[in-house]
Amino acid sequence: MQTTLEAFAAAGRLVVSFDAELREIVGRSLAVSVSAVALAAAVGLPFGAWLAVARFRGRRAAVALLDALIGVPPVVVGLFVYLLFTSYGPLGSWGWLHSVKAMVVAQVLVVFPMVATFTRQAVEALWDEYADQLRSLGVTPRQAIPTLLYDARPQLVTILLAGFGRAIGEVGAVFIVGGNIAHATRVMTTAIALETSKGDLELALGLGLVLIAIAIVVHLAAHLLRRRERAA
Amino acid sequence: MSTLPMRAAALGYAVDGVTLLHDLSFELQAGGPTVLLGSNGAGKSLTLRLCHGLLAPTSGTIEWRAETPGTQAMVFQRPVMLRRSTVANVEYVLGVRGLPKTRARDVLDRVGLAPLAHRAARALSVGEQQRLALARAWALEPEVLFLDEPAASLDPAASHAVEEIIRAMDGAGTKIVMATHDLSQARRLAGEVLFLHAGRLLESGPADAFFAEPRTEEARAFLRGELTW
Repeated sequence: MQTTLEAFAAAGRLVVSFDAELREIVGRSLAVSVSAVALAAAVGLPFGAWLAVARFRGRRAAVALLDALIGVPPVVVGLFVYLLFTSYGPLGSWGWLHSVKAMVVAQVLVVFPMVATFTRQAVEALWDEYADQLRSLGVTPRQAIPTLLYDARPQLVTILLAGFGRAIGEVGAVFIVGGNIAHATRVMTTAIALETSKGDLELALGLGLVLIAIAIVVHLAAHLLRRRERAA
Repeated sequence: MSTLPMRAAALGYAVDGVTLLHDLSFELQAGGPTVLLGSNGAGKSLTLRLCHGLLAPTSGTIEWRAETPGTQAMVFQRPVMLRRSTVANVEYVLGVRGLPKTRARDVLDRVGLAPLAHRAARALSVGEQQRLALARAWALEPEVLFLDEPAASLDPAASHAVEEIIRAMDGAGTKIVMATHDLSQARRLAGEVLFLHAGRLLESGPADAFFAEPRTEEARAFLRGELTW
């Protein structure tokens, strides 16, 4: 019978020795979440910026909808993606269910509303300030998007870090669409859930320590960026 | 072909049924600086924005002799600084207008900002920021430069530096059209005065004549410093 203290010690040894299984799971987690954030950024940054400067009927509704989507629990997003990729679903023939690809899709959907909405807010504030000057130069709102994204870059990096934090710590969506298959779709959060329920606290705790470390690094990076921005 | 003269005919601007500008008719000719003079709220900024095309008039027309894109620039009361270095701010506007970026150095030199070229523009003092805004406009070598109270929030030294730059641009052949409520600044710079009061153009003509013999009671009160709104 393992005591909690012993479990902690063993977990520490796992992390320090860079255990093969732990390494594999951490690597997959990072790959899935980094890809998801990169894809969400590729679409979410320009889309958010466009929403900030565009004027069209229904814009306010679009803004509110995107904002509301941030609140959708990841597990529900997972269910939606599951229905998309399940064998009788519209994209069932792709065979993506229980694959890393499906997990990336799920996390993109979890992160996208957040990236797009916060980008819109950051760019809107900048556009308020820049609009007259840029229009005076003959720059149209659409042409202004690259300028605004470039000049909002400190806030955007913070937004992407927050998105990554949300993706890497998310368990519901990747569990449903990935299935937590060993050596295939097992990531840190799903492994922790499984190992804990099996009573094997060692690996669970080891992964927990890694997650905590990642969270601290991400928040520290965001904090330092904000401080640098304030100083400038 | 020169873009000037510009003719404003019966220019009006209203928002939500409130008329802010009534029936302004005037001409901007090539030559010395035209100063829009008047108290806060007289409609100076609005008139500049209409002339520059940032706003569309709700009545009346503005006609340029030739509508050539890229012949105008505007400097605002609060300088808009892109979140980049000083030199990158100038290079950006040159890039937008498709002009050679090598001009940036030279123009920063002319406004005395060359030593601060690589400083973040937003870290400059307000006076330096306004000089950078002028440098950015100057780099475009506009035919017409609109200035909206460019020295309103500056101390006397910074204000003097801004006036020197405006004078130099005027000397280099740019038509200066400037709004100000600062009487002494207007006396120093104006070749021609458009006196606005409560959204109406009350007087227009050579600066000497306006300052020597204002025709309206409002202008006389303004010149005596008694018109506070």
